Amino acid sequence: MTVRYAKPLPGAQPPLLHPAYRSTLKRAPLRPPLRLEQGLSEITGPGFTSGWAGPSETDLTRAATGEAMGQRIVVTGRLLDGDGRPIRQGLVELWQCNAAGRYLHEKDQHDAPVDPHFTGVGRTLTDANGEYRFLTIKPGAYPWSNADNGWRPAHIHFSLFGPAYATRLITQMYFPGDPLLEHDPIFHSVPDEAARRRLVSIYDPDLSQPGFALGYRFDIVLRGRDSTPFGM
Amino acid sequence: MAKEPTTPSQTIGPFFHPALDRAGWSDLTSAGARGDRIAVEGRVLDGDGQPCDDALIEMWQANAAGKYAHPDDPQPEDRLDAGFLGFGRALTAGDGRYRFKTIRPGRVPGPGGVLQAPHINLAIFARGLLGRLCTRLYFADERSNGDDPVLASIADPVARRTLLAIPQPAGGEGIVYRFDIVLQGQGETAFFDV
Repeated sequence: MTVRYAKPLPGAQPPLLHPAYRSTLKRAPLRPPLRLEQGLSEITGPGFTSGWAGPSETDLTRAATGEAMGQRIVVTGRLLDGDGRPIRQGLVELWQCNAAGRYLHEKDQHDAPVDPHFTGVGRTLTDANGEYRFLTIKPGAYPWSNADNGWRPAHIHFSLFGPAYATRLITQMYFPGDPLLEHDPIFHSVPDEAARRRLVSIYDPDLSQPGFALGYRFDIVLRGRDSTPFGM
Repeated sequence: MAKEPTTPSQTIGPFFHPALDRAGWSDLTSAGARGDRIAVEGRVLDGDGQPCDDALIEMWQANAAGKYAHPDDPQPEDRLDAGFLGFGRALTAGDGRYRFKTIRPGRVPGPGGVLQAPHINLAIFARGLLGRLCTRLYFADERSNGDDPVLASIADPVARRTLLAIPQPAGGEGIVYRFDIVLQGQGETAFFDV
């Protein structure tokens, strides 16, 4: 009867302190988090069915001013709970850099061209099957100051709302076969190799559109309900 | 146990603003919520006491009657407030400051039916955070804090005090509460394993 959300399996989530990702050194809390028994505050969360999160934006390749540069890709997948059931009407927000590896952001000083026709921002609600679908541009790799000559692998940031405060997730989607993955401390912050692989999208020829776009599948699993009986 | 392995968390990074900075989301009262208007403001600081200008804070709270706008809250439906969703989002500025407008939540029953003191659930994302940090904001001027089971569960009084938002000298509409979030080190905010 009592709803509770399961704890992650060992190694399936990154530790907060991961020295190879230098920004964690001054930002990761030093004390372990306090234990909290889940109650109403944790098992509830915002719903988006009323439409207040605003209209969907799922085609990132076209601005009013023109077409974005780069390789068109379809990115689609399902938002699932821990029992493999679809999460309907879940809010999916994403952001990414352009094909040259540059974000439309004042802090991004990477010497690569801004694409005036590409904001790199999308959002939608999942449908009755828990599915989302975006048409976008394959993001480029870009250098970052974490280490000398360090480069981030191509990635798309995803922000996800499931049924509860406890299921909120922000993550990154990567691309299969990217040689930069093996050198990326953020990707490697996840200790378990099988868990890391869940961050890598799958190229799916059936999703590709002839003469138009390549298709990638990225299913996302949020924390599931813990079915262990209360008090056992 | 859940059958499907969960997708791992990754950092929000520094470039989320165009996607996640949504107009009006830091004002939870805009739809005409019932209850006492308050503001919550503060700074997000790192382990050197430096402001974090690339943090995102999300708020989730009950309405003035202590009910969450969610189907898993079994309290009577007549306690719902159509003008209050209970969710908000704010981004820190260059000096690490954030600010929300909201209403003071009511008391929510906790596990075992014990009434909790009014509190707001806060989640913090930032560059350098590989996962979400979760904390709770309680009100320093609230009499029922002494009855709250979560506050009581924190043995260290210094850690407990980090959860108390401090009312500021009056001015304008409603009380302004100050709640700084210290990610690391001296004065480190108490975070929860939600």
